[in-house]
Parts: sequence; structure tokens; C-alpha cells
Amino acid sequence: MEIVKLFNALPGACAQGLIWGIMAIGVYITYKILDLADLTVDGTMCTGGAVCIMMMLNGHSVGVALLCAFIAGMLAGLATGILHTTMKIPAILAGILTQLGLYSINLRIMDNKANQAISVDKYDLLVSLRYIKGVPFYKNTIVIVAIVILVVIAILYWFFGTELGCAVRSTGCNEKMACAQGINTNFCKILGLMISNGIVALASGLYAQYQGFADVNAGRGAIVIGLAAVIIGEVVFGKIAQNFGFKLLSVALGAIIYYLVLQVVLWMGLNSNDLKLLSAIVVAIFLAIPAVLESWKTKRAYTEGGTR
Amino acid sequence: MLIISNVEKTFNKGTINEKKALNGVSLELKDGDFVTVIGGNGAGKSTMLNMIAGVYPIDKGKIILNGENISQWPEHKRAKFLGRVFQDPMMGTAANMEIQENMALAYRRGLKRGLKWAITKEEKARYRESLKELGLGLEDRMTSKVGLLSGGQRQALTLLMASLRKPDLLLLDEHTAALDPKTAAKVLELTEKIIAEQNLTALMITHNMKDAIRLGNRLIMMHEGRIIYDVSGEEKKNLEVHQLLEKFEQVSGEEFANDRMMLGN
Repeated sequence: MEIVKLFNALPGACAQGLIWGIMAIGVYITYKILDLADLTVDGTMCTGGAVCIMMMLNGHSVGVALLCAFIAGMLAGLATGILHTTMKIPAILAGILTQLGLYSINLRIMDNKANQAISVDKYDLLVSLRYIKGVPFYKNTIVIVAIVILVVIAILYWFFGTELGCAVRSTGCNEKMACAQGINTNFCKILGLMISNGIVALASGLYAQYQGFADVNAGRGAIVIGLAAVIIGEVVFGKIAQNFGFKLLSVALGAIIYYLVLQVVLWMGLNSNDLKLLSAIVVAIFLAIPAVLESWKTKRAYTEGGTR
Repeated sequence: MLIISNVEKTFNKGTINEKKALNGVSLELKDGDFVTVIGGNGAGKSTMLNMIAGVYPIDKGKIILNGENISQWPEHKRAKFLGRVFQDPMMGTAANMEIQENMALAYRRGLKRGLKWAITKEEKARYRESLKELGLGLEDRMTSKVGLLSGGQRQALTLLMASLRKPDLLLLDEHTAALDPKTAAKVLELTEKIIAEQNLTALMITHNMKDAIRLGNRLIMMHEGRIIYDVSGEEKKNLEVHQLLEKFEQVSGEEFANDRMMLGN
């Protein structure tokens, strides 16, 4: 257990955390704003990378590739949205169906291969694990992903402050009320799912570049990591982050915390095969904390006679 | 302005829970009518309001509002014409959103929602003025989340929101039933004021017979999915509670079986 090893791994963990932070912001939109658990993201977290890498391998620029990844994610969200609203399938099941279907689609996108690599030396990648150390400031992956996060947060802050954005928020908060105010709640749900999955696919596109390959299993368990970031961000920064922009930022910070913790336990000798189990336990614990704390407080506050 | 003709609705058709909620309801409202609706449990009062609002589709009949047949319109499209206040004070507002955001949502009822900023400065000033008139001190809490308000405050806010953009028809579904007597009286007073000031057409379900007689210019009584008594003008003004009960027994052939409804206070 050399401490140097840990320190060497931290920038990488930071960069990964930031990329997953973008993904977690997408999850925040469905889980917190729309009040839906959208499992589509397990599929979209691969789709975005697949589209991005294949576009670049076919000679498109990284900007176009990422834009197409975003659009592909939105289409996946559209599919889930239509299944959920017009076909009235429960949101979780609708997400699972799209996710399952996406597995085949992702393989098709990647030319029927489970894995498509892209070389950082031959292609002009925006982010890469090779761009963490020893590159100029403006090429550093951590800086670039941080800028992407800030731009995404700024755009979302603006959007959810508009008339349409408020309509989406009210749909998640009180659907009956939204409907009584003349809001087409089905449209709002579809729109929210599309934006969410678009952002997840964008993160996926960055993640595939970062790792240097797109993988058909890249999205497995993505929803859990996304939720972990959302919940860790809320538990840790909930008291200070009242403003919507800060809430989104705390989600991104939550993802970084998650990856740093992961790095530490790996450094302490955890078998990397046990990572998924650890992820599940971490999320379960953080989900349980607020409720358990509340009932513990209530119990403690009880007195028999009114005086202690 | 509103014509309901021969509307029928059966829930859970073909099952053991089959319930004929509306059994040929016909009703015509004139502009400015303020109609109180009474009836026992399961008489179809709420169902009638929900049919007008488009919460569920009807099996038969027509609903015409302002000359347009809205029978098949989806709920959100009908909202353009309707102001609604529900029995549950939590139902009419979005708890996680600010007071002013809720009002801005209501102010745009029936309008196209685009990418303009959700609240303008002028609107905020306007909302402050209308909140002041409620006399609940909400004008100083415009950025508070609605979830922090009490049931009475939320219901008053919902009422205000329903009339922010003048509705062609105001639907009040026992909107004071879940409040304590003092708050209920206040919300009812506010209801009267808003309806009178804006000269609104309104349908108000109530379980308080005295209120039903005192308020509005017309009273209808429902039983088993039908309107069994419809009275307006002088005759309504001179009604008394015991006469209503007698009327009920006479028309329906049973006793008024709703202990909540008996006399009211």
C-alpha cells in the first residue's frame, strides 16, 4: 500500500468522476425533476460512446461525433418516453425495454463487434486518459470535462427557468396540477427523458474517448453510479446547495467523491471484481441514510412526560 | 355557455365493481351563473366536474363549452377554459416550486409555453398585488416553496391561481371540505369575492347545505348520477335546509343518507 500509488491514481479518478458527473446530471433530470427512475441510461451510456467512436473512425470530427451521440441518446429517451406515456407502460419497465433493445442496437452501431478501439495517436480526441498529465493546460482532460460540465449546467439552468422548463418541473412535481394548468404532461415527460438521455449519451461519448474504446458493456450498472452521484451530492452538499445550479454542481461533485472513494478502496486492496457489489452497497447506504436518520431522531425526541 | 346533454359514465364496466356514476346528466349554464351542487356520497357530483374537466372520457352524451364540443378533448387542452380547485389542498399547487413560479404556471394556462423566461418583472409586481389581497402575508414569501404553506394557505393560493387568467368556468370540488371551520369560512369568503369581482361562471360542490343555499344564484341536487332538483332565483333564495331535505326524500324516495351533509354549521 504505497501512498504514492494512490496519489498517482487520483487525477484519473477525478477525470472519470467528472465524466460520470455529466452522466449523473442526466440521471438527476429524470430521478429528481421528473420523479421517474429511468433505466434507459444503462443502454444509452453505451450508445453514446458507440456512436461517437464509430463516427470518428469514419472520419468525422469530434464535435460532430459528440453531437450525433447526443442526438442518439435523445432518440433512446424518445423511445422510453413513448412507451411510458402513450403506451402507458410503467416507467421502470419502459426503461428496461429500451435498455434491452439498445443492447442489440449498440452492437449494430459497432459493426457487430462488442468492442471498438480508437487510437489517441491517430485521432484528435477531446479527452483521453493520456491527456491527464504532461499536456498543456488547455488540453488537460480534467479542465475540458470541467468546462463541459459548467456549460451543461448553465444550459440546464437556463432551460429549467423558461416557461417550458417550468412546465417540465411542474409535471414531475404534481402531474394533476400541471394538467389543470393546461400543460401537456406526456409531452413534458418525453422531453425530460430525451434531454436526460441526450446528456447521458454525451457523457458516454466522452467516456469512450477517455478509455480509448467503446464497449457494449460500458453502460452496465450506469444507473446505480448515476444515482450514487445524485444521492452522495445531496447528502453531502444538500444543506448548502439550495440554488438549482448548485444542486446540479453538487451532483457532479458527488460523482467525483464516488470515484475517489472507489480509488481508495481499490488501493486498499479490494478485488476489482467486487466493485459492482461495493457500488450497490454504497448506493443502498446513502439511500437509507436520510430515512434511518429521520426515524432515529424522532425516536430520540420522544419523552414520556414532557420533561427530561 | 356550458351545455351538458345526456352524459353517461360507468366505471369498471363488466366487472363486479361496476358503478354507474353518471346516468344521463343534462345541464345548461348561462354566463355568470354561480351554481352550487349538493348530493349524497356517490351521487356523481365530483364525476360530473371531472367529466367537464376531461379527467376521464365519457361513455355517451355531449359537453359543449362556448359553442365548442369538447367531449373528446384531452384534459390539458380543456384547461384553457377552466379554473379548477380540488378538495385536497395539496393537489392544486406544485409543492417543490416557489409561490411565484406556481402563479406563473397558472398565469400561462392555455397559452403556448416557449423558451421565454418563466416569470417577468411586471408579473412579479402583479402577483404581489394579488397576494396582498389574500391578507395572508404571502406577498413577502413569494420565493418560498409552496410545500411550506399550510393547507388553508395553499387552497387560497390555488383559488387565486385559478382566477389569475380569467376562466370561462370555475370548477370548485368541495374545495373547503378539508379545511378547519375558520379557514374554510375564509376561503369561502375569498371564493365569493373572486367570483363576484370577475363575474365568473362557477360550479361549486359543497356538503354544507346552508352554504349551498346562501351562495350563488342556482342550486342543483344530484342523486344516483342524475340531477334530481334544480332551483334558481327567488325560489332558491327563500329555501331552507329542511325544505331541501324534504325535497330530497320526495324526489329520491329515500332518506338523505349522508351524515356529513345534514345541517352544516
